[in-house]
Amino acid sequence: MIYLDLFYGFLRVGCFAFGGAYGAIPLIRDVVLSYGWLNEETLAYMIAVSESTPGPIMVNLATYIGTSQDGFLGAVIATLAVVLPSFAVILAVTAIMSKFLRSPYVQAIMGGLKPCLAGVILATGLCMILSNCVPFWGAQLDVHSLIITFLLAAVIIFSKKVMKKKLSSVSIILVSALIGSIVYCF
Amino acid sequence: MKKNIIAELLLNFMKIGLFTFGGGYAMISMIENICVEKKGWITHDDMMNITVISESTPGPIAINCATFVGSRQAGMAGAIAATFGIVRPSFIIIYAIAVFAGNFWQLPFLSNILGGIKIAVGFLIADAGLTMIKKMKKNKKSVGIMAFSFLTIAAAKLLSVNISVITVMCLCAAFSLFTCIISGKNSGTEVKK
Repeated sequence: MIYLDLFYGFLRVGCFAFGGAYGAIPLIRDVVLSYGWLNEETLAYMIAVSESTPGPIMVNLATYIGTSQDGFLGAVIATLAVVLPSFAVILAVTAIMSKFLRSPYVQAIMGGLKPCLAGVILATGLCMILSNCVPFWGAQLDVHSLIITFLLAAVIIFSKKVMKKKLSSVSIILVSALIGSIVYCF
Repeated sequence: MKKNIIAELLLNFMKIGLFTFGGGYAMISMIENICVEKKGWITHDDMMNITVISESTPGPIAINCATFVGSRQAGMAGAIAATFGIVRPSFIIIYAIAVFAGNFWQLPFLSNILGGIKIAVGFLIADAGLTMIKKMKKNKKSVGIMAFSFLTIAAAKLLSVNISVITVMCLCAAFSLFTCIISGKNSGTEVKK
């Protein structure tokens, strides 16, 4: 029964996908290949598509595989299954969170995790920016990305320092799309 | 009133879902921007807590955050509205791609736009990190942990060594728990006001 397979397969992905999309790719690969839903090549292609479209990679993959297996209903079932575990867990956590967070041990753990995550996120972001400006490990320097990076940085700094207004995340995406479509024309 | 908040949750999370390129960390900046700064639905401290919880529970951060904000605002119905909202844009887009297929992102016009957006993602993620650090309560321990995780991840990325974020997080949590038990004192988890 394809619906049951889709549901169970993606429920497993949703349950055990810790640590964000990239941590989950090995698991997704495992499940997807074991059912024969995609082969290595189409999976790599789909990961690229999921990255260049908005939304979490896991959800995008579920929707795509669901559609390719059994049309609209398949897409709904697979997407629902991949979302369900985190939905349920967070609902449960929210219910007990205030009590849970007051425990001194939990506070101690959170006290370590918060600065840790802040460091991880900053490092991830800066490395992504840097990798557009400096060619690492034999990679070719992409002049276009370098120019876009500088233009984007200039726009962000200009609006913050001169206009005294922080650009919203949505406007940064829109501005970058505009800059990209202009710069890549040359 | 109650209907309004449900509609607003749905609408705002659809907006977040539509503009989230580049996965979890980039989304934190977007959610912080809309739910904390603009709407005041949750505080920065809540946001920090839910980010940490998201990283240690299964599932995409986006879904976790949406469920959390929704249930805080309007219980079960809110949680469903926000989660449904954040999933819907990508569902529609991917469904369309799967049905009409094709390698759409190889169209020169679209690939130019996506090339630009790809670069913005780094800025959004760095911004989320900076905001967290700015609002973090700073003492020797928290700054030390922050520096440790920053340097570890940066070094791993630059040297292309594979160190999982979860390993780093476990180390930091264990260290913090250990020092708290030894000193018998509570660590500062509150946000600087």
